[in-house]
Amino acid sequence: MSEVLVVIDHAEGEVKKPTYELLTIARRLGEPSAVFFGAPAQGDPVAEKVKKYGAEKVYVIDDAELKGYLVAPKAEALQQLVEKTSPAAVLIPSTFEGKEVAARLAIKTGSGLITDAVDVQEGPVTTQSVFAGNYTVTAKVTQGTPIITVKPNSAAPEETEGAAAVEAFAVTISDVAKTAQIIAAQPRQSTGRPELTEAAIVVSGGRGTGGNFEPIEQFADSLGAAVGASRAAVDSGWMPHAFQVGQTGKTVSPQLYVANGISGAIQHRAGMQTSKTIVAVNKDEEAPIFELVDFGVVGDLHTVLPAATEQVTQRKG
Amino acid sequence: MNIVVCVKYVPDSTADRHFEEDYTVDRVGVDGLLSELDEYAVEQALQLKEKRADEEVTVTALCVGPEKAVDAARKALQMGADKAVHVLDDAIAGSDYAATSLVLAKAIEKIGVPELVICGMASTDASGSVIPAMLAERLGLPQVTLASVIESQGDQVRIKRDNEGSTEVIGATMPLVLSVTDQSGEARYPSFKGIMAAKKKPMEVLSLADIGVEADQVGLSVAWTQVADTTARPPRTAGEIVKDEDGSGAVALTEFLASKKFI
Ligand SMILES: Cc1cc2nc3c(=O)[nH]c(=O)nc-3n(C[C@H](O)[C@H](O)[C@H](O)COP(=O)(O)OP(=O)(O)OC[C@H]3O[C@@H](n4cnc5c(N)ncnc54)[C@H](O)[C@@H]3O)c2cc1C
Ligand SMILES: Nc1ncnc2c1ncn2[C@@H]1O[C@H](COP(=O)(O)O)[C@@H](O)[C@H]1O
Repeated sequence: MSEVLVVIDHAEGEVKKPTYELLTIARRLGEPSAVFFGAPAQGDPVAEKVKKYGAEKVYVIDDAELKGYLVAPKAEALQQLVEKTSPAAVLIPSTFEGKEVAARLAIKTGSGLITDAVDVQEGPVTTQSVFAGNYTVTAKVTQGTPIITVKPNSAAPEETEGAAAVEAFAVTISDVAKTAQIIAAQPRQSTGRPELTEAAIVVSGGRGTGGNFEPIEQFADSLGAAVGASRAAVDSGWMPHAFQVGQTGKTVSPQLYVANGISGAIQHRAGMQTSKTIVAVNKDEEAPIFELVDFGVVGDLHTVLPAATEQVTQRKG
Repeated sequence: MNIVVCVKYVPDSTADRHFEEDYTVDRVGVDGLLSELDEYAVEQALQLKEKRADEEVTVTALCVGPEKAVDAARKALQMGADKAVHVLDDAIAGSDYAATSLVLAKAIEKIGVPELVICGMASTDASGSVIPAMLAERLGLPQVTLASVIESQGDQVRIKRDNEGSTEVIGATMPLVLSVTDQSGEARYPSFKGIMAAKKKPMEVLSLADIGVEADQVGLSVAWTQVADTTARPPRTAGEIVKDEDGSGAVALTEFLASKKFI
């Protein structure tokens, strides 16, 4: 069986959940080989983690020479690994960085690229959700090595033991790849809440909050949810951009999405329309968001949410 | 200094966007416009020109697309770009990212590789956010993407951006490919004067032959990816909507969440 390269999504060796989803998907296509860009010392602990999700091999690419630059060096490294392994496919997390690495890799290797897959089956045949979630498209790559970026929540991670044989992979990076330099990086402070794109429940607030996100945050905490925001709330400076849901923010596809004081513009829908269950609280019964909902409350979020928070907390008691 | 801004003509996202029988996006039957996210790219190009008033700066809008796509290029001219180039060729229809990036790159080489290529963060139809990286790869240039703040001095460019887990400052030396987000600042509206002036600005139409691309390098039949099927999402079944009266809304909401096992 051919290898399937899976690029590990991690922060300083902390493996993120989408990695396990990608490994699960990779098993449908061949033998999963995880690719770790990071410090060699973290190779073994990372291998222990991906082993549980069926990684047969773990290629460790020392990122000391790569990490100060934008995506070009990673694309070069992957090109070298693709040449060595002739994989059946390369699966990359659908982050902006992941998509740009994939883009360069596709041109380098003369391969077809499919972005933002929400499902990948044998073939590989991909499913994408397009036009703000109004259409689903199935597609395949017809040239080169299928390079596919996969969105979070595209598969339920399935555990299975892999060999996870660690192999250091030495790469040579050209000087032209090292031309866009990361001069400074300020890590965002953790909110202690789940990651927006990975959360099972997302509670969002929009202009209707009037700038007071407390009812949103407390309701989110009662449900163990992540907090999101509309662009109007972000543009008003009420929430950082990292919380924005929509076309130019994050796409989320949780089990439950609760939109509060959000009208439901097409660009917002683009980021949440594929959520399994949608709930809205809005004081305007004509708000377009109500066209999408499984359950809606016409009312003021400043009274509905605090009361609901109390009741949820009581029930959880 | 020369700046090329890549502007895409896209179907209006508030219209009924759909696919043709060959699964390509219907770009003719649906009202189209300059991708809103590319307006931010034009805006940043114009601001750069304004900031470098002591230099000669030429902003060229570049658009690849069907006949109607000229509207996108024209809008860029109305906003203040100096000239426009429209690559128009029937053979381009149905091109995927790889072919589109090839046509853009070849057109840029034909125009003359500028100090800056500026793109939007994503097209509002394909929304891949991959063309800037592909262009950079093809042109052998650095890419500095997803900028929310752009500063430049001489041939140095510095940007600020929001990445997944952090806020970053990225630096590179021109020539380079830059992409900007909708956080970079409101795009201007064309003024009446701008609209009138645009009529006299140069608009060059180039064919594939003009830019040295063979017809069999692009288009649907040679795409590196193939769509097997497109399906309209079934409309969501109408949900239950309750009016909040004296706290009934919260009770009903909690009940609903409990019934779905979210509590
Ligand atoms: C290129 C482009 C990209 C965009 N990208 C995004 C994106 O990524 N994400 C995004 O969200 N938007 C995006 N937008 C903006 C989008 O078009 C809308 O402007 C935005 O989503 C509106 O945010 P909102 O729903 O919070 O505000 P509004 O549309 O103003 O709606 C506020 C809602 O709150 C309700 N309300 C007011 N007070 C209360 C109260 N006390 N209790 C309950 N309800 C109340 C009102 O009835 C109203 O429905 C984009 C736009 C463009 C052009
Ligand atoms: N056909 C096109 N003509 C001109 N520019 C384009 C075209 N397609 C993509 N672009 C540019 O590339 C950016 C990203 O597009 P995409 O990768 O499709 O999301 C857009 O914002 C445009 O600046």
